[in-house]
Amino acid sequence: MSKASSSEAVGPTNSSWPLWEVFVRAKNGLAHKHVGSVHAADERMAIEAARDVYTRRMEGVSLWVVPSSAIVASDPKETTELFEPAADKVYRHPTFYTIPEGVKNI
Amino acid sequence: MYTTELKDKNQKSAALSVADEDPEKLAAFEARVAADDFIEPKDWMPEAYRKTLIRQISQHAHSEIVGMLPEGNWITRAPNLRRKAILLAKVQDEGGHGLYLYAAAETLGISREEMIEALHSGRAKYSTIFNYPTLTWADIGAIGWLVDGAAIMNQVPLQRTSYGPYARAMVRICKEESFHQRQGYEIMCVLAAGTPEQKRMAQDALNRWWWPSLMMFGPPDDKSPNTAQSVRWRIKRETNDELRQKFVDVTVPQAEAIGLRVPDPALKWDEARGAYDFGDINWEEFYAVVRGEGATAKERIQARTSAWEDGAWVREAAATHASKRAMRLAAE
Ligand SMILES: [Fe+2]
Ligand SMILES: [Fe+2]
Repeated sequence: MSKASSSEAVGPTNSSWPLWEVFVRAKNGLAHKHVGSVHAADERMAIEAARDVYTRRMEGVSLWVVPSSAIVASDPKETTELFEPAADKVYRHPTFYTIPEGVKNI
Repeated sequence: MYTTELKDKNQKSAALSVADEDPEKLAAFEARVAADDFIEPKDWMPEAYRKTLIRQISQHAHSEIVGMLPEGNWITRAPNLRRKAILLAKVQDEGGHGLYLYAAAETLGISREEMIEALHSGRAKYSTIFNYPTLTWADIGAIGWLVDGAAIMNQVPLQRTSYGPYARAMVRICKEESFHQRQGYEIMCVLAAGTPEQKRMAQDALNRWWWPSLMMFGPPDDKSPNTAQSVRWRIKRETNDELRQKFVDVTVPQAEAIGLRVPDPALKWDEARGAYDFGDINWEEFYAVVRGEGATAKERIQARTSAWEDGAWVREAAATHASKRAMRLAAE
């Protein structure tokens, strides 16, 4: 591979630019949505790379880039513990309730 | 596509083994995959699944990147501004495809640098199709029509492949591929309807690209050791031979529609099967190209390596700029 970057660089070297997660807002009124990731030396370069890679066909009007290292994810092993309790609380859904026949607008 | 599951030099021919896996975890994994559930990066997966995916996705990524070379070759020689802008956009898309796929492979624990190093050192493989030269402008038409066409055939089912990041990359890629195929076919249409010389050029390109395009689907099923496991794990959704047959069936009428002849004397419609019978593929040639024999293979890797080396100063400058800025910001 190529030579390492200049020796005094303390930040990312050319062989390990940080990874950034890319979020695109398709149009105003919608939330930013995760679309993928890019490697870039800094946030400016990350925005430019994200623009080149993920919005070549009018996919968006706004971009977020977030260092991947800043994302904290739930652990798949905790899936049951975190999400399963919701399944036995059906009374959280409107269809759980019985309304007398003929009653409207509720 | 270009997932012809080419073997790395040091890989044994048998499918990767799951003998060392925890049987309970393996059974749960297999059940999830069989139920068409997606596997995400942090989920448990057998080592063989991870390794097969890394190989398949990185080969696919390399193919997108190396695939930019034969076409890039024609950007400055496109016959007019419209064609030049289109070709430029297509080649740029392929670079993007490479990036989506490298990013998907990285979620499996391999770094971008390792993959690039494997490509440049010749350890990693890429689709054999890009080791053929692009001799005339008609080749750009044939590549878009046939090579991207074969890629689409392969990639559409991969949108439902079991590994989430790979499937999502495939969805993005498929959205972009159809323009690639249509622009290529349009080039062929124009040439086929042009002067006798132009029509000859189109026919010649079809003659040279037809068989290599069929080879893109990889070895026949009975010579493809990983197919059974890959299909069971939903890494592949259809076998090489199934996809190849589909490709022939949709492409032959497209050739006929513009007055070109598919270069296969054995080609004939089989009423009973509702499909085309076609001639035998010269697999010796395929394996020679896989082994990287031929001048073009060396040229491709050289072009990749020098692009990487020539870009070193840009990467260094960007890294230095980023770290200086970070230090300045920290000092404020
Ligand atoms: Fe592509
Ligand atoms: Fe393409």
